[in-house]
Amino acid sequence: MYKKRFDNRKFDESRPIEATISVVENATGSAHFSLGNTKVIAAIEGPKTLHPRRIQDPERGLVRCTYDMMSFSVDDRKRPGPSRREIEIGLVMKNALQPFVLIKEFPKTVVDVYTEVYQADAGTRCASICAASLALADAGVPMRDLVASVSVGKVGDKIVLDLTKKEEDYEEGATDIPISMSGRTKEISHLQLDGCITLDEFKKALDVGEKGCQEIYELQKKVLKEKYGGV
Amino acid sequence: MSDTKDIVVPGEVIGKGIDIIPGSGVIREGEELISTLVGLKNVSGRALRVIPFGGVYIPREGDTIIGEIEDVSFSSWHVNIGGPYSATITVSEAVGEYIDLQKTDISKYYKIGDKVIAKIKDISTSKSILLTMRGPGLRKLEEGYITSISPSKVPRLIGKNGSMITSIKEATNTTITVGQNGLVWIRGKEREDEIKAAEAVAMVNKDSHTHGLTEKINEMLGDKNVQKKI
Repeated sequence: MYKKRFDNRKFDESRPIEATISVVENATGSAHFSLGNTKVIAAIEGPKTLHPRRIQDPERGLVRCTYDMMSFSVDDRKRPGPSRREIEIGLVMKNALQPFVLIKEFPKTVVDVYTEVYQADAGTRCASICAASLALADAGVPMRDLVASVSVGKVGDKIVLDLTKKEEDYEEGATDIPISMSGRTKEISHLQLDGCITLDEFKKALDVGEKGCQEIYELQKKVLKEKYGGV
Repeated sequence: MSDTKDIVVPGEVIGKGIDIIPGSGVIREGEELISTLVGLKNVSGRALRVIPFGGVYIPREGDTIIGEIEDVSFSSWHVNIGGPYSATITVSEAVGEYIDLQKTDISKYYKIGDKVIAKIKDISTSKSILLTMRGPGLRKLEEGYITSISPSKVPRLIGKNGSMITSIKEATNTTITVGQNGLVWIRGKEREDEIKAAEAVAMVNKDSHTHGLTEKINEMLGDKNVQKKI
């Protein structure tokens, strides 16, 4: 029985969220995003000409995502360089973001999204997607909507929002469901499930996830508006 | 201008009704008009658009731009105009006289690294861009100083009927040409004049979305003039 969360949060409460934009001067757009102890920097390059030319699409542009965890981001040293997991998360991020980026306006080009996780405590792919969405907006890449992402799950017998690493490793079993959702239209562009869950519990988890995503979306809007003088 | 209600973010509903025409940075979904960029909402008549705060240069036909010669080929030059696409300028559009291409090396007219003011003549659907240098003021740039600003801030730097750029020119006694791609060419008699003008341009770039920018610029230029006299 999981009666009380390890960090005394409510079951449907996320960790403290912080976001800043324009943190990397040399990038077209960038953002820093933290979900509790999970901290990510995202930077955008482009739209720029895509090379090699044979992979250019004359009708639309391309979104390319790179996800990287730094060696010191986890307890045991992570071997540097892209692993199978990181390449996969890059693809997951691309699929989560691409439906909302209006890439048709930039044929033959690529928008490169780089994310660096420098401190990890579960939910790194969600934090990366949130940061990337903010950075894309900061870079002036046209988007249909902002994307917010959060993980929900079942720890023991409770549906919880925004799992920490300790909760993911809970001895009685934990299920982790990262969800990415657009802020205004509430379209789900990414959903993964690792573990076991019943249909009813899953529906409940989706509701909790939606609430979490909306909370992040409100913060994203606030951060983007505040940057340009309006409070 | 700096009110929060005027600053919009992607995905925000900024208008409703089928009689509103979506301009740049706005898309229509049913009756609702949605912003696709972070910027200032701008309404003129029935048209609704969003003026972005940042982003790369998106070329449009008729834009006057400042470019750098990137490559010289047999009968044309490749020009870097910033942004995702590079442009081409052919010999006939760049040089007024007859050239026998078999006998002439065209790099004697423009070589790699030269800066030119040119106009966008044509953009094809596959985004290949043709430039022309036939027209008043279109030429190779010699001497002077080139600085860059965000392409989205070019209209602010120019100001209403060129008011902002004229006041900078007059106060610093320089010649300034602003390319739509965000490159700004400054030429003055003294190096200090050029630097002062560049500082003013950088200030417009930084504070373009704030209230009272014109006053700030005038104050800055005015102060420096006073110092010079002393």
